[in-house]
Amino acid sequence: MIAESMYQELILEHYKHPQGRGLREPYDAEVHHVNPTCGDEITLRVKLGDGGKIEDVSYDGQGCSISQAAASVLHELATGSTVEESLSVVDEFTRLMQGRGQVEADEDVLGDAVAFAGVAKFPARVKCALLSWMAYKDAVVRSA
Amino acid sequence: MSAVFDVERVRKDFPVLSRELSGGRPLVYLDSGNSSQKPTQVIETMRDHFAMHYSNVGRAHHALGTESTDAYEAARDKVAAFVGAPSRDEIIFTKNASEALNLVAYSFGNRTNDDPRFTLGPGDEIVISEMEHHSNIVPWQMLVQRTGATLKWFGVTDEGRLDLADGVITERTKIVSVAHQSNVLGTVNPVAEVARRAHEVGALVLLDASQSVPHHPVDLAALGADLVAFTGHKMLGPSGIGVLWGRTELLEAMPPFLGGGEMIEAVWMDRSTYAPVPHKFEAGTPPIVEAIGLGAAVDYLNGVGMQAIEEHERALTAYALEALGEVPTLRIIGPKGLDGRGGTLSFTMEGIHPHDVGQILDDQFGVAVRVGHHCARPLHLRFGIPATTRASFYLYNTTGEIDALVKGLHHVQKVFA
Repeated sequence: MIAESMYQELILEHYKHPQGRGLREPYDAEVHHVNPTCGDEITLRVKLGDGGKIEDVSYDGQGCSISQAAASVLHELATGSTVEESLSVVDEFTRLMQGRGQVEADEDVLGDAVAFAGVAKFPARVKCALLSWMAYKDAVVRSA
Repeated sequence: MSAVFDVERVRKDFPVLSRELSGGRPLVYLDSGNSSQKPTQVIETMRDHFAMHYSNVGRAHHALGTESTDAYEAARDKVAAFVGAPSRDEIIFTKNASEALNLVAYSFGNRTNDDPRFTLGPGDEIVISEMEHHSNIVPWQMLVQRTGATLKWFGVTDEGRLDLADGVITERTKIVSVAHQSNVLGTVNPVAEVARRAHEVGALVLLDASQSVPHHPVDLAALGADLVAFTGHKMLGPSGIGVLWGRTELLEAMPPFLGGGEMIEAVWMDRSTYAPVPHKFEAGTPPIVEAIGLGAAVDYLNGVGMQAIEEHERALTAYALEALGEVPTLRIIGPKGLDGRGGTLSFTMEGIHPHDVGQILDDQFGVAVRVGHHCARPLHLRFGIPATTRASFYLYNTTGEIDALVKGLHHVQKVFA
């Protein structure tokens, strides 16, 4: 069954035990994104540090396992990396999600986010996976 | 009266129910509150009309024009009889229930119309409820934005009943528009009581009957509402056809909604006079074959018998309420007993988002349910939840399908345990 490939153990782990969840101070930018078709929403804050580093990505929201796990993975990947590095991961993740299951994921770039590859086969769920990542991209632009 | 109800025989009339989904999953369709499946009789009636009788209606004066017009108008007769409309001319075909509700909303505050029942401005009030579908909320929000009137609403109790608090309907109320049956809670609202209160202050009553007409015997004349909207695709008919019923005198007092062909009596370059109802409200080429398909759906429902359908769904609902009650952490949003409710069951499961529930039910068990806010976001906000999973039943569903749902829900819990 295809859904089994979507609900990877790693995704379920992040859903049950989200990393870095909760809104924290201080921050440089805060955004609120919603997915009007399903009502999923996220509030996300970015705190920039020295040398173009992302000091913290904090977030709160509600939604399905895919959207919540994606936010948790995003937090892990982005925190501590540079703005530039993290945005290239966002781009690769977006390419994977919008690839209708035909795109080969670059595991070196994506790390744990590669577990979401199966989601790309479900067009209705792609927006769930991308919600927090698009919010992050928006927040980074606003914090610059 | 109909013969003894036999669900297996009914199912044979619905071709889609015998198909397999990929991976050999049987289809378990529990989403009829969203849109119903279609019997062969409807599909064949529409195919035959397209193939052998099709032309425009009303304005085509040839053999096919006569056949199409006769079939289209016969559909109006059938629908009128089905819902107990006192006159066939009180049945207006629209494209869906939303259009029917918008038609009524646009009748208010129209400066070309001075009938006091339809004037609307600052200080006037419109009353809806917190359990409405967006189609019975947004048109009224748009109306108050146009006119400066005030929108008020009945709340919903924790049990999912309409909270008929005093003071919502006042001397300033011009119209009360509520659902006959909630598309989320399944609650059947006390229309007679709402109508009594509204009529006491001279307000009109509009009923969104999209979720009731398909499932219960409905007698419009006895309901007490002034206007009733419903839709074809939820009652075995095609999409693209809806109905507005209103008392003749009221429809005559309402201004036209859309202007165009066939809704006129005479047209000059600077003015027009309008056709009598129902044609006044049917501008342009209507959904001809869709209306005829709805007529065939009505024939089919009559053949099975609405009383028998109501009883079958009631038995399914009783079975489902008990079966779902045994699923750990499952919480029904809406009445937990059989009284005053229809065959629509919405629920949450602790720690598991409805989208995940629906995905696994569909993908592994072929169970089609609806997940999300079901176009009733304010109602979900009322219960402090973003979304629910909804199973909705119709005449072709079986207790075996409810077993499949319950089995699927147990598996969902295993995945997210």
